[in-house]
Amino acid sequence: MDMLELTAVQAHEAMAAGELSAVEYSEAWAEAAAGDELNAYLWRDGDGAIAVERPSIAPVAVKDIFCTEGVPTTAGSRILEGYRPPYTSTAVRRLIEAGAPILGKTNMDEFAMGSSNENSAYGPVLNPWDRGRVPGGSSGGSAAVVAGGLAPWAIGTDTGGSIRQPAALCGIVGLKPTYGAISRYGMIAFASSLDQCGPLTRDVSDAALMLSILQGADPCDSTSVGLQEAPRLPDRENLEGLSFAVPTDLTGHDLDSGVRAKFDATLELIESLGGTVGEVGLPHAEHGISAYYVIAPAEASSNLSRYDGVRYGMRAEGSGDVIEMYEATRAQGFGPEVKRRIMLGTYALSSGYYDAYYGQAQKVRTKIAADFSAAFADFDFVVTPTSPSVAFGLGEKTADPLAMYLSDFFTVPMSLAGIPAISIPAGLAEPEGGGPQLPVGFQIAAPAFAEQKLLDAAYALEQAIAFDARPSGAPYGPQGFKKRTGSDEGGGDG
Amino acid sequence: MAELEAVIGLEIHVQLATETKMFCGCSLSFGDEPNVHTCPVCLAHPGVLPVTNEQAILYALKIAAALECEVAPRSIFHRKNYFYPDSPKAYQISQYDIPIASHGRLGEVRINRAHLEEDAAKMVHVGDSGRIHGSGASLVDFNRGGTPLVEIVTEPDLRGAAEAAAWARLLRETVRQLDVSDVNMEEGSLRVDANVSLRPAGSEELGTKTELKNMNSFRFLERGMEAELARQRELIEAGGTVVQETLHFHPEDGTLHPLRSKEEAHDYRYFPEPDLVPIAPTEEMIREARDSLPELPAARAARYAGEMGLPEDVAALLAADPETAGYFEQVAGMAGDIEPRVVANWVTGELAAALRQDAGEATAAESKVGPDALAALIGLVQEKKISHGSGKTVLASLVAEGGDPAAIVEHEGLAQISDSGELEAIVAAAVDANPEAAEQIRSGNQKAIGVIVGAVMKQTKGRADGSAVNRLIKKQLGL
Repeated sequence: MDMLELTAVQAHEAMAAGELSAVEYSEAWAEAAAGDELNAYLWRDGDGAIAVERPSIAPVAVKDIFCTEGVPTTAGSRILEGYRPPYTSTAVRRLIEAGAPILGKTNMDEFAMGSSNENSAYGPVLNPWDRGRVPGGSSGGSAAVVAGGLAPWAIGTDTGGSIRQPAALCGIVGLKPTYGAISRYGMIAFASSLDQCGPLTRDVSDAALMLSILQGADPCDSTSVGLQEAPRLPDRENLEGLSFAVPTDLTGHDLDSGVRAKFDATLELIESLGGTVGEVGLPHAEHGISAYYVIAPAEASSNLSRYDGVRYGMRAEGSGDVIEMYEATRAQGFGPEVKRRIMLGTYALSSGYYDAYYGQAQKVRTKIAADFSAAFADFDFVVTPTSPSVAFGLGEKTADPLAMYLSDFFTVPMSLAGIPAISIPAGLAEPEGGGPQLPVGFQIAAPAFAEQKLLDAAYALEQAIAFDARPSGAPYGPQGFKKRTGSDEGGGDG
Repeated sequence: MAELEAVIGLEIHVQLATETKMFCGCSLSFGDEPNVHTCPVCLAHPGVLPVTNEQAILYALKIAAALECEVAPRSIFHRKNYFYPDSPKAYQISQYDIPIASHGRLGEVRINRAHLEEDAAKMVHVGDSGRIHGSGASLVDFNRGGTPLVEIVTEPDLRGAAEAAAWARLLRETVRQLDVSDVNMEEGSLRVDANVSLRPAGSEELGTKTELKNMNSFRFLERGMEAELARQRELIEAGGTVVQETLHFHPEDGTLHPLRSKEEAHDYRYFPEPDLVPIAPTEEMIREARDSLPELPAARAARYAGEMGLPEDVAALLAADPETAGYFEQVAGMAGDIEPRVVANWVTGELAAALRQDAGEATAAESKVGPDALAALIGLVQEKKISHGSGKTVLASLVAEGGDPAAIVEHEGLAQISDSGELEAIVAAAVDANPEAAEQIRSGNQKAIGVIVGAVMKQTKGRADGSAVNRLIKKQLGL
């Protein structure tokens, strides 16, 4: 069997058993990564720039939003072109300390602002399932490398859906943990009260393994608390005794027919596994996008003010006084979506407008969190489609920011509530307007810090869905349903 | 026109002398070469996060206790957004609507609030203007950036420049004794800005204020406020109105100049800092801060004036410096029945003068004059064993070499002439030797008596009791 077919968990077990050479395995992945035709990597570690003492875990592709000492880190922006951080983020440090080599840094929407990866200053990432389509965003590069066989697994960040939505559009697993589960130190800030690091993997077990490496309180991040217990690998076989709520306030909205069909089929599968499905109201969740597009830009407008050309990164030369230099640097260094959000956020925080915008949005956020708490009093999980559509065409939504923002309609409410949510592949569906079938994501959300329960349920469902498609032409695909039987057979039963 | 009354409130920035900066692990520094105390956090590299310095919280709690403030159970940080090279994040992390401490008092002045924040980096502008505009280049030293600050804001309870400066000194002495800051105005570890306005005396309304900055000594603070009050008074009396603005004090010529409006027109877009959790001091932390307080100058001065009967100015002077205060209390304790007021006069008057004369740097407590020696000396003078003048001679000797006052009196032969017959004879001789002065005294010129007293003192080498000499001269002249 080709070693690149192994999931990260399987590879880890094989390395631990001495059946797989960690060095050979890493080198094979480095070679695979070098074949990137998707513009998914912005930088690859061709010559061991990031030292890992004893590799013992599958190598990781890292979203280019994580600072890595001495290695280019751009956050997809022109303004950080050539920037090499003097320090390493906690997430990447934990990976390195766990023995995971770093394959490279993945492309992303500039400063994680976007849902299609078309906002990268370094060109869009192509979806491995259809190179005319977007991979989703903002962690589009991290999703594409896993789906396209260019990395065994990856890490990304999720502010309003930036892990879950590209995972859905690329047919892989994406987990946004509880806010505070993983340190944000060294993760370039977009919206500090929402940003959270998480895994993009072939299957749920890999997500659990990655989460166990990343999670934990960090003295460098006072908002980090970690999980009460490090997650175990999930092993649940059915969904008996578990209840799943469909929030009709959300799922009543516009939805591709193919996505709806897969969603409904998955609900039936839940019931066939012994779970119960009911309906719940999340009356404020539909205002999530509105609140999100006040809070996130407001925080971003402040977070991105440090890019002023004074200390690092790009500086517009030949400008007059310091104010002119700031203006020229930021005018040339930021792309249009980033500028749009800085302006939105600056306006929302302005004296005289604060209460009407930022203050009001925070109230909505509190209401949404209360909605979820009420739902979790009656149900174990809330489930939705991850994205209203399958992957859309390059350029299809770039002229209409609002349509683009609605891509995150189902993922934003969980981000505002700070709760964990996972997207797993639910199968393939034909896009609206026809064409080859594309992956559909199924989102499961759980109460804060209930990651283990979430992973266990997602695992049981994943086994039943048994998603075994892979992008045509991709050397290695997601194939993420593989049941861990403890034997070496490794294969699923289809 | 009704008489105008000054209304002054102060904003005081106290740099805390913590081990490390407010939000990162860099050590604090004064006078080191530029940009050596920096890290990714205080240089605001992408992705970094602040972590609140716990020692700074404890220091702020001590200040809060000293100023009798209420401590907020949960206070939060905000971001104050502005672009300037001294602020690498382009925002300052500061407390805004929920400060750690509020509603306090020091002496007669109410404290509105005291809050934690971080200091900006230091900028040096190359060129004549001394400001960023019009300078050839500007250099930034991030060593200072991120130093913990407590900003103390008073209510507008001060009524004059001298009063405000005196209160600021009291605040400095109070904070100094908490051991949380160097409180040095010249070095910038204490910075005092003043909000100054005038209003008709008796009015409750506040006039339009101006904010005075950059007064880096108490002398400049007082001069700046005086100059601004004079300017406002002249303006109002000429029928004009005061415009709210920030004025920069120029120490070279004592003048005040408005900052360019571009430098002060800000919408800071405050919002809660999402990277930090609230400060929630435990009861124990608050109690420990309170219990750790030494007796502070205001309380000590009140005790000196009340229990010990010292005049208020002398009480305040003694109370300001804990060492001198301790010395004074030791002497007073050893001086038996002698009134504390007398002891205080010796400590703040004769001893302070003798130490100055000695040109040494020693304070009373450090000097060779032990508290027991000074107590004994005051006793000798009070009991008229030696004259006051001889007392000063003995004190000079104590300051120079230390020792026992009685032994010095013995050795120098300074014991007061107690034989009234001997003194009478000397007085008679002095009157005879100064007939002109004697005649003037007889014709009512009391001042002339000094000539004869001086002659007696010269003859007795100061060993005569002044009042006895006066009495004997008058007796001799039949008055």
